[in-house]
Amino acid sequence: MTEANGNSQSKMHGLWALTNRELKKWYKAPVIFILSIVQPVIWMGLLGKAMNIGAIVSGSTFTLPQLTPPLTPPQLQQLGTYFARLQTTILQGAFNTTDYFSFMAVGMIAFTALFTTMFSGMSVVWDRRLGFMNKVLSTPVSRAVIIFSKVLSATLRSMFQAGLIILIAIAFGLQFGIGFNPIYVLGVFAIMFLICVGLSSVFIAITIRSTRIETPMAVVNLINLPLMFASNAFFPIKFMPDWLQTIAKVNPLTYTTDAVRQLLIFSTDWTQLVLDFTYVGIFAAIAATIGMVLSWRFLSK
Amino acid sequence: MSEDVIKAEGLTKIFNSHLTAVDHIDFSVKHGEIFGFLGPNGAGKTTTINMLITILKPTDGKASVLGFDIAQQDRNVRNVIGVVPQEYTADEDLTGVENILLCADLYGIPRDIAKERVIDLLKLVELTDFGDKKVQTFSGGMRRRLELACGLVNRPKVLFLDEPTLGLDVQTRTATWNYIRKLKKEFGMTLFMTTHYLEEADALCDRVAIIDHGKIVVVGAPEELKHSLGGDVITLGIKEEADVSELIQSIEHVKDVKKEDGSYRIKAESGEVTAPLIIEALRRKGYTVTKLSLTEPTLNEVYLEYTGKSMRDAEESREAFASQRMTMRRAHQ
Repeated sequence: MTEANGNSQSKMHGLWALTNRELKKWYKAPVIFILSIVQPVIWMGLLGKAMNIGAIVSGSTFTLPQLTPPLTPPQLQQLGTYFARLQTTILQGAFNTTDYFSFMAVGMIAFTALFTTMFSGMSVVWDRRLGFMNKVLSTPVSRAVIIFSKVLSATLRSMFQAGLIILIAIAFGLQFGIGFNPIYVLGVFAIMFLICVGLSSVFIAITIRSTRIETPMAVVNLINLPLMFASNAFFPIKFMPDWLQTIAKVNPLTYTTDAVRQLLIFSTDWTQLVLDFTYVGIFAAIAATIGMVLSWRFLSK
Repeated sequence: MSEDVIKAEGLTKIFNSHLTAVDHIDFSVKHGEIFGFLGPNGAGKTTTINMLITILKPTDGKASVLGFDIAQQDRNVRNVIGVVPQEYTADEDLTGVENILLCADLYGIPRDIAKERVIDLLKLVELTDFGDKKVQTFSGGMRRRLELACGLVNRPKVLFLDEPTLGLDVQTRTATWNYIRKLKKEFGMTLFMTTHYLEEADALCDRVAIIDHGKIVVVGAPEELKHSLGGDVITLGIKEEADVSELIQSIEHVKDVKKEDGSYRIKAESGEVTAPLIIEALRRKGYTVTKLSLTEPTLNEVYLEYTGKSMRDAEESREAFASQRMTMRRAHQ
């Protein structure tokens, strides 16, 4: 039948056309494009540099009360060394790295994934409101492709932003872990791909039923920050209260962030990395299946 | 191949198991004709078109387009139809050409062929000079034409138009009609359209189905429907205050008399013969006829005859229909 029109239709035809339509809206609109780059920079600057946790535990932040008898210069020097070592131990113990900025900057990558995929749901609402969705539904593009194009465009955007964050973080003084190999960056993109596919499938399934822009906005506002803070993106979960730890331990963002840290700034623990990838991989597979099935059923009613 | 390009039998759509939008309708559209669904907002026109273009699955009944079942062979249907939706769906951030190319991609049309078609289509809808302009800068009429071009990119055998001139001014509307007529004449295309404009159905459609509350009340050519009412309309005014309805009623050929705002609306067979008889009868009784006009019945009379209410009245209570429609949309989510 399709050959009768001289058209080349595979099962996946139209995927790139629809994905590119979304991406064009982004890269062809300079303001949106620049803002999407500026946003992580601001967050990195605010959280990473303002929350200078290393400085809190360094000896220079407070003056020691005068001791009697006064310390001799060699003793003072010894004390200084002792504090420096203490700072390193505390930071190392808490964050697994001595540089909080590096810890936080990497957390921003997961943060971007969450934000970008959440807003991908909005474009579904617009497409429905403006009638574009119905138009596409009346063409031979398969329903699965329509949904997948949304997931793919959100994923590609997030991955681009992740790459950018890494570059900016390096400029701001990101300290790579011992044994870091540039090839590990590919691992970062791989885990970003998985988490974005999972998250955007979920958000699209939530928003596809809505013709009002307020609904996804409310959903995004309700869950984005809690989901972010109930993870290890900004703070290690071992210092959280028990109930929060429970949430953080099932939150896929925790595993994403950990994987990125293992790859970039920690001395890589391969067992942990495999666990991270497995967890996020399973999450992505389940979320994508459920999300796509729900969306598909909605579109073919 | 059978003559019927579109065939619906008992086609029904019920939303949320209680809101019947389309209620067991039967109709068929012949090859090469412009078939119109006429009815007020909320009558079920868009729901019907959405079932035919395979966006909605029928609750009951069946329909086929070019022999393909809309529920079982939906993909085949989508390949041979073109759709011009009610809304402006073109992407504002893209140019006219980019929009048409996007549509071409959705049909899997190879780029080189698509590019050739874009040139032809822009010429057809007279947008050649605006192809490289962003859609943001387009007027309503231009956007309509762009939608039309997008709907034609796969060289469809049947084109579905949902309220093709909604919100356009009279001039642009007439121009749009010409494009639609051209499609029928030059390409022998079959067109299915919905409208709530009586003039549009009258001017454009070869056959019209009047739909009300999800049911088809009558189908036929506009001329045929108007003649089926059996007569012309004579509108007449007299100088005197008195009510002469009964006097007029007693005249030969007069079928019906209604007094409306001081003038009389008389339905009569062969109006050109009856009118002089009425004037004569009134003069003999000493009345002075001040004005008289003779018109053939319009689709509004047809609508009135079959639904018991005026299409214009129905349109006036548009608020009510709009809210009903909103409810349906919400129910639909």
